[in-house]
Amino acid sequence: MNLRKNAITAGLVIVVMTVLLGILYPLAVTGVSQVLFPGNANGQQIHRGGKLIGSKLIGQSFSDPKIKNGKAVEEEGEPVTEADPRYFQTRPSATAPADNAAATTFSNLGPNNKTTEEAIAEHVKAYLEMEKPYDPSLTAAQVPVDAADSSASGVDPQISQANARIQAHRVAAVRHLPLQQIMKLVSQNTAGRTLGIFGEPGVNVLELNLALDQLTGGTR
Amino acid sequence: MTLMGWLQIAVFFAIVIAITPLLGGYMARVYTGKPIILSRVLGPVERGIYRVIRADVRKEHDWKAYAASVMLFSLAGWLLLYLILRTQASHPFNPQGFHAAPWNVTFNTVTSFLTNTNWQYYSGETTMSYFSQMAGLTVQNFVSAAVGICVAVALIRGIVGRSGKGLGNFWQDLVRTVLYVLLPISILGALVLVSQGTIQTLSHYLTAHTITGLNQSIAVGPAASQEVIKNLGTNGGGFFNTNAAHPFENPNGLTNIFELLLIFSIPAALTATYGRMVGSRRQGWALFAAMTVMFAVGVTVLYAAEAHGTPAQHTAGLHTHLFSGSTGGNMEGKEQRFGIAGSALFNTVSTDTSTGAVNAGFDSLTGPGGAVPMANLATGEVIFGGVGSGLYVMLLYALLAVFIGGLMVGRTPELLGKKIEAREIKLASVGILITPLTALAATALAIADHAGRVSIFNAGPQGFSETFYAYLSQANNNGSAFAGYTGFIQPSAGNIGSHGVTFADLLGSFNLAFARYVPILFVLAVAGSLAGKKVAPGGLGTMRTDNTTFVVLLIGVIILVGALTFFPALLLGPVVQSLTGHLY
Repeated sequence: MNLRKNAITAGLVIVVMTVLLGILYPLAVTGVSQVLFPGNANGQQIHRGGKLIGSKLIGQSFSDPKIKNGKAVEEEGEPVTEADPRYFQTRPSATAPADNAAATTFSNLGPNNKTTEEAIAEHVKAYLEMEKPYDPSLTAAQVPVDAADSSASGVDPQISQANARIQAHRVAAVRHLPLQQIMKLVSQNTAGRTLGIFGEPGVNVLELNLALDQLTGGTR
Repeated sequence: MTLMGWLQIAVFFAIVIAITPLLGGYMARVYTGKPIILSRVLGPVERGIYRVIRADVRKEHDWKAYAASVMLFSLAGWLLLYLILRTQASHPFNPQGFHAAPWNVTFNTVTSFLTNTNWQYYSGETTMSYFSQMAGLTVQNFVSAAVGICVAVALIRGIVGRSGKGLGNFWQDLVRTVLYVLLPISILGALVLVSQGTIQTLSHYLTAHTITGLNQSIAVGPAASQEVIKNLGTNGGGFFNTNAAHPFENPNGLTNIFELLLIFSIPAALTATYGRMVGSRRQGWALFAAMTVMFAVGVTVLYAAEAHGTPAQHTAGLHTHLFSGSTGGNMEGKEQRFGIAGSALFNTVSTDTSTGAVNAGFDSLTGPGGAVPMANLATGEVIFGGVGSGLYVMLLYALLAVFIGGLMVGRTPELLGKKIEAREIKLASVGILITPLTALAATALAIADHAGRVSIFNAGPQGFSETFYAYLSQANNNGSAFAGYTGFIQPSAGNIGSHGVTFADLLGSFNLAFARYVPILFVLAVAGSLAGKKVAPGGLGTMRTDNTTFVVLLIGVIILVGALTFFPALLLGPVVQSLTGHLY
């Protein structure tokens, strides 16, 4: 065989493939997707009052800047936030800051590591501090795993049903609404397994919180 | 473990069984030049490409010419991809204005995508422009997969070849694989993914103002077109850093299963393609059966281990049992919508094949759970395996199995009527042993040297597991990671001030290239050696290669080679972790 001729062919093939598979193919898929499924292709954005407030698929932090003596508390130049008790809270996130959808990351915490144990113990403690005042019978043994373990993406949009039912006590008390009504909202915002088989049921936190605000005519 | 979890796994595998003869039969038609429906539409395109690339595809390659074409094509692809990634800042479709990543990380990334591995030291949404993802990485997702399939087809042609030395024409095989197999499935698959919520846009990242008044920046991009070929071509490189755990790549339980079907479809179908091309479908199903047994063991162990939970969870006072409304188990590094079953299934499938896409954090798997991906890699990626590479390495094992079987019954070993002699056994043995040799040597080097240990994230045996997994994964061209192990320090998005860890980047690159191309050369040499042999009719004493005895023997050989080679390394990592509740 002719090595030089084959080398020229090799170069030409990769250029042809780059045009076909690297430019025509993704642009065609983008075009068709934008026409057929514009909502999905653009990330299921949720707007309220003309403003983008997030994506249905991306978890976000429902927290407020921490205020001490009338001043915003800062740590290393970043404002410190604390969970807003009026809202359901998403899962622990390993991104910096939490629920950072522009730089997702795993926690990478190992199964036999002290750092892992400390992180989980801290999540359990924080969860109990937040929920126990409103649900006095709650113990560490009842904390669902998804509330203490960090998600994979860092922006998991869902929490488990058990987690949502516990948080419902707090949300009901803070908002002065009957617990039953909140529980009803939770089940309305629960997605089952896809086609009844695939995946696990979960509660979409952003949609649930939006439904809550709608119930009370928007609290802000 | 739940009934629904097992049902999900069973339904998934039933679909794989259904797809296998359909796609496998179709691919056999593609590679034997029989008419197919798509050739009416794509025939002119195919002939047009041959004219542009100046290839005479009627001329068959012998094994050396076929190998030379593979190597030249890979070299050309390497140079173009390196150029694209290093000049990223001057290309269009870069709405975030990302600069190029440093040379050492790019060196690793390019080698990784060329070798169908997609090991990623970089994080997609903070490093790569849309142009780099599309025109650079997506292209290699297609063509590196096609190269694997071509080599497997060449080996089949060598096994069935009755006369002469021709193994087919590489350029024709490459173009036909892309046009008739990968591209049509990718176009349809990408639209299926978008219909379920995977994103596909060229827009700037979004800025949301959350309910409580915070700002949230949300990375977007043309993810679906890359996601589909990432899985179909058993590549595995995520558009986003958290790969298939990211809701924009893998939004629900259905896309999770769909992506897994994409992963298994071609490697499983190739067993049927093999069966048809050698003229006995049972031969293909025998390989399929051996793969199925090993898959089933892996998914069971991983599911059970993750449902049990970790020592860190239990020490922290967390209860990991299953109760109403909670999955229980080890949810560290897992997504609620996949739960334990969907995560166990995904990550078994992804490491059975050389895909390496993940929907959970491997560094956070339980000790015994983490041993499953390691064991899957230790087989040399033959549990369906990478597209093409799974079949060709499995066929090397089959040669070893008939050789050992032949020794046991005292007959000259043969495969489908062709005598297997010293030359083939030598080539097959070296072809199989290159990968473990590379993986273990690199692990030893990286553990022994300080320059290697700086990449480690977790303390204790988990740190060893991270290192071992990094070089095992790169040598097997898998690409999944115990992702605490790092080769890239990136203080801020966009690559300003970032630098690579040269030791990890280059040692990994060597692993990637050496363990991909050397076995390919040996496989093609075996093909060339077999192609010229006469076929002797089978007799009473011929050892059959399509019955249960052979399947058991084949699995035995794979486990023997894998277990003996990797046992000491597995002891130091996951075995220690499985035996103790101690925290490090």
